[in-house]
Amino acid sequence: MKKEGKKKIWSEYQKEIADDKFYFVRSCIRQTFFPGSDTAYLKILRDVLGKDVYEDPNHTTCTGIAYHTEVVPFSTIQTVVARNFALMRENGYENYTPSCVTSFGIYSEILDTWHHFPEEKQRTRDYLRKATGREFEEPANLVHTSDVIYKFRNEIAAKAKYRLVNKETGEPLKVVDHIGCHYSKMFPSKGVGGAEYPQVLAGLVETFGGEVIDYPERRHCCGFGFRQYFVQANRGYSISASKKKFASMEPYKPDLIITNCPGCNYFMDRWQYALEEMEGKTYGANGEGIPVLSYEEVAGIVLGFDPWKMGLQMHQTDIEPLLKKIGVEYNPDDKYKGPNGEDLGLPKGLKFIKD
Amino acid sequence: MKEVAIIGGGVTGLEAANKLAQLGYTVTIFEREKTPGGHVAQWDRLFPNRRNSMEVVNEFKSHLNGNPAIFLSTAIDKISRKGARFTLEAKGKSFDADAVLIATGFELFPAEKKEEYGYGIYDNVITSAELEAMFKEHGYPVTKSGKQPQRIAFIHCVGSRDEKVSRPYCSKVCCVTAVKQSIEVKEAIPSAEIYCLYMDLRMFGPGYEDLYKEAQQKGVNFLRGRLSETSELEDGRVLIKTEDTLSAKPLKMSVDLVVLMVGMSPAEGTSELIAGLDLKPNKDGFVEIIDQHINPVKTKAEGIFTAGACTGPNNITDSVNAARSAAIEIHQYLSSK
Repeated sequence: MKKEGKKKIWSEYQKEIADDKFYFVRSCIRQTFFPGSDTAYLKILRDVLGKDVYEDPNHTTCTGIAYHTEVVPFSTIQTVVARNFALMRENGYENYTPSCVTSFGIYSEILDTWHHFPEEKQRTRDYLRKATGREFEEPANLVHTSDVIYKFRNEIAAKAKYRLVNKETGEPLKVVDHIGCHYSKMFPSKGVGGAEYPQVLAGLVETFGGEVIDYPERRHCCGFGFRQYFVQANRGYSISASKKKFASMEPYKPDLIITNCPGCNYFMDRWQYALEEMEGKTYGANGEGIPVLSYEEVAGIVLGFDPWKMGLQMHQTDIEPLLKKIGVEYNPDDKYKGPNGEDLGLPKGLKFIKD
Repeated sequence: MKEVAIIGGGVTGLEAANKLAQLGYTVTIFEREKTPGGHVAQWDRLFPNRRNSMEVVNEFKSHLNGNPAIFLSTAIDKISRKGARFTLEAKGKSFDADAVLIATGFELFPAEKKEEYGYGIYDNVITSAELEAMFKEHGYPVTKSGKQPQRIAFIHCVGSRDEKVSRPYCSKVCCVTAVKQSIEVKEAIPSAEIYCLYMDLRMFGPGYEDLYKEAQQKGVNFLRGRLSETSELEDGRVLIKTEDTLSAKPLKMSVDLVVLMVGMSPAEGTSELIAGLDLKPNKDGFVEIIDQHINPVKTKAEGIFTAGACTGPNNITDSVNAARSAAIEIHQYLSSK
């Protein structure tokens, strides 16, 4: 492996990432399935880095999943996107930062469509005006929230309490980085590091002291592929895709899987549990699962955020093996306590991957 | 005596120079590399008969006896017209000529542009040119760890017939080169398993089909399918994924060595060079000729001729024929002046 070869490719795929004043856009599933991601992101940006991040209560999801499953037509999704752009400008922002990779792909696709087919943009203007009376402008800067964390990786590392290093051995933790397809596969130039050897998460991992694993099925689908999962009859393809990835990464003994896509995070997390239930097989060391976290959750851990206050207990695959390796101070008894310290009880009906 | 300048000292430039000198012109070749012979001199053996490439290069070089003269390590930066003559500039020096032949050849496609193939990243992904260098040095291919590979995949059409990397054209010679190289590997390492991943096998020249048949008889496996991606395994082998389109099955295998059959790209600097003469490259970036059937060595600029692989992918036979054709056209042009 020639690292300089990757660096050369990385140098060809860099993009402008705004420095401040971000208009934050939520995912439709992310904060529901693993709320630690949004919690950590906003806390890091606002409290740690002192950035201006605005979250508009009137904004909506991009409707990307409905678009990709052919429920929402292209003209509709363009209008929904245009409305969000209008809200951004109305609130005095111009740097648009979706937290979902599918959304980022949608926004990129629509901006590219408008560039090549201005008549589509004009039609969207007409639809938006007719439906809402609003006017819109394109963002000055459109980046994914993982791009923002990547941009500030050195600032975060400078304030970090922990590193992605095994406390006992002093060795870098081995990390699988997995990029959502819609982050850069459709438009490689819009992803930091491109599509084949993306840098956005690898750069973060290395800055935090970890080591990225280059395993054979690195590019393989996480299992969420929309037509695998949304078509119920195809769900066997979904879990088998995830299984192929886990089996491929297993010999490299990964300590962590880091993702930048809500879907990837969800499926690589949940399917580990399902595979353990179905086959009694786990892919981490000592019968444990491989923790799956988003980039800002990882950043939150190295910054010393309380893992349970962040919401990391919402991951199905337990994250304690990772916390122990890093040497994070945490109280195991707080895992299932509510915000006011009340005991929520253990989740029922679930058999856990060994913790 | 009228003067002809030839830009490029590959086989095309050397042969055109030889013929023009025989016709009585003062001929000067400008070659940007340290040695003449172009890409052919870098190759070990040539298809289809696997003769030593230096036999061919030395034959063409043997005529360099003062006329034609050759300036090595001399890249022409600019050509300008002065009345009926031309001035060529290089390294602050200038040279005059009555006619100019552009024979700047080609560049090998930069394989790293096919990022998913892992060239420049994975140790055991090499190009066809690097395999030739191995044959020259060892007589057989070696992996990064110095071992003889036991399973090798040749990947056809790397930088050819591929719109994704702006190379929609066929580079013509890669198919037969892969067949030649696969036979050579099989002869050097009889126990090696060899796979050629191809789209179509374009065996257009005399003896090429025979070579293809010989490869099959020697046990080379031909799989119709393009490489989708490579990955490096822990032991340094390369995992390749493709589809065998004849059996309609996805295929995954680990190999010791991947050889990328890199195609021909326009030579760097040529389009800038001809821009000063109000000439534009063709749609693929090569030097544009007036008419590929009737005027295959003339450009739209009077007194400027072109031949060889700078006009598009060519084999040696076509390049040498074009060189001789250009010599005749230049002779007719200068005779009419």
